[in-house]
Amino acid sequence: MTATVNSQSVELAGDLDLVRARARARRRWMVLFLRIAVAVGLVSTWELGTRIGCYGSDTATCLIDRFYYGQPTGIAAQLATWVRDGTSSGPLYAQIYVTLLETVLGFLIGSALGIVFGVLLGRVPLLADVAGPYIKALNAMPRVVLGSIFIIILGFEIWSKVALAVVLVFFVVFFNAFQGVREVDRDLVSNARILGANPRQEFGHVLLPSALSWIIASLHTSLGFALVGAIVGEYLGARQGVGLMIATAQGTFNANGVYAAMLILAVLAILAEALVTRLENRLIRWRPNTVTDVTF
Amino acid sequence: MQQPGSQALSTDAAIVLRNVSKRFVSPEGKAFTALEGVDLTVAPGEFCAVVGPTGCGKSTTLALISGLEPPSRGEVSVLGRQVKGVQHSVGYMFQRDAVFPWKTVLDNVAAGPRFRGMGGGEATKRARDWIARVGLSGFEHHYPHQLSGGMRKRVALAQTLITEPRILLMDEPFSALDVQTRALMENELLDLWAATGASVVFVTHDLEEAVALSDRVVVITAGPGTVKAIYPVNLPRPRNIQEIRFEPEFMRIYEEIWSGLRDEVLVSYERAKHLLAS
Ligand SMILES: Nc1ncnc2c1ncn2[C@@H]1O[C@H](COP(=O)(O)OP(=O)(O)O)[C@@H](O)[C@H]1O
Ligand SMILES: [Mg+2]
Repeated sequence: MTATVNSQSVELAGDLDLVRARARARRRWMVLFLRIAVAVGLVSTWELGTRIGCYGSDTATCLIDRFYYGQPTGIAAQLATWVRDGTSSGPLYAQIYVTLLETVLGFLIGSALGIVFGVLLGRVPLLADVAGPYIKALNAMPRVVLGSIFIIILGFEIWSKVALAVVLVFFVVFFNAFQGVREVDRDLVSNARILGANPRQEFGHVLLPSALSWIIASLHTSLGFALVGAIVGEYLGARQGVGLMIATAQGTFNANGVYAAMLILAVLAILAEALVTRLENRLIRWRPNTVTDVTF
Repeated sequence: MQQPGSQALSTDAAIVLRNVSKRFVSPEGKAFTALEGVDLTVAPGEFCAVVGPTGCGKSTTLALISGLEPPSRGEVSVLGRQVKGVQHSVGYMFQRDAVFPWKTVLDNVAAGPRFRGMGGGEATKRARDWIARVGLSGFEHHYPHQLSGGMRKRVALAQTLITEPRILLMDEPFSALDVQTRALMENELLDLWAATGASVVFVTHDLEEAVALSDRVVVITAGPGTVKAIYPVNLPRPRNIQEIRFEPEFMRIYEEIWSGLRDEVLVSYERAKHLLAS
């Protein structure tokens, strides 16, 4: 008798779970649908705005002046032209390749330097006390202006952009690595010592893994900074790259060109973000899957 | 009841604290006395429980014995040698969870032998053995966050015992566990301890736990901590934690110690109230 009651209630609970799972799935589809609807709505309003109320060929009379604000079909046409005929600075893929190369190099070098210096200063208090004010002053400076200096010193090739990306990435990673080493759980350090760890083991088994979660968290931000560094650097002066494409489009009052380049950048940024997330999941499998990303 | 210091300071004692004081100095230069003139001797193979109100210096006492903290005054020696730093003969289970969150259960338990230079294969073999002994077989490749609080305590226990410490320091190891899990772990601890013959200093704020587990209960006064009294617990071993609580002798000892402890708890409670009021 009790057994049947139990099995019934278990079934009921199972049914409830099923119902909830279905409701969740339905909600997911609805969210996806609404997202697409928003995009379609915005883009078609934009497109329509550039096409209604126009007198003859004077774009200024339209509801939205496509000369200033661009036009979705115009942006698509611009992209098609770039893919088919290339850009004024060479084929499209070469521009993307150069920007990506600068971003990745800037990211890797900047992160490596940031980790090394962050861990070093975190471990050696005297160094941290001496270097502290200088680092704070450097950090407070608007570092993008360094781009001009780098172009003067390093020229128009990729290294001036890499340098700017390095500088932007360095500080983000540095502060996180520094904090990560400083904030290490004292009990974990004590436990390692009791278990017989020498200073080297203490560093490799406790300090570094502890700092790593901070560092990884900073990689999301710093990859974005690397891309900003590369683009701004190209914008200031370059022979190739997506930043140069934007500068060129701006110089010829080609609003569609600016938007098209922006679109390319957005896709690059999203791909890069996905890559870091995968790296993060691989490197810190030991952490519960907390949702840290609020932008998606 | 024995008076503090009345026990002979025999040279073959496992742990000796002689007139030990510990002062902490804050960055602003204010000194805070956590322990004042503590005398304590623990015999080889003895299970010694330490009770006292919160903040009376129980954890500090363990830190001194372990060598993680130096005493401000007095002398601490372990196995006949003055403590000058961390020693291989001491195992220490911390009050807070101190298993490494980035290591699997297996790697956590194998950490001690690995740190001490044992080869990977041998350390893994011994770790598996200890994981089985604390009842965690099948969880070797789990990370701590995937385990319950009780299971993490078992990992910590195995991690500590695998180094075969002759001195075992335990800081309120089971206080965060539910009653059933706790009784289970207490029994397991007694079994494991009986097999090792280690000297144990077991800190707890739970007097019942202290009496049930130990050979002697040390009562520490509300801060600055000093030894108020030491009570022998002459209950037969092996003990069963769930049953021993109902023995008349258990209750008698409990009552006796509680009458001494109560005043200290009240002092500490009044102070906390004043602090809140001010
Ligand atoms: N590193 C430290 N620095 C300053 N004060 C400390 C430190 N460790 C402990 N104390 C103080 O010493 C007293 C005793 O602490 P503790 O030994 O942790 O007490 P218990 O374990 O008995 O609760 C407390 O008042 C605590 O605030
Ligand atoms: Mg404590």
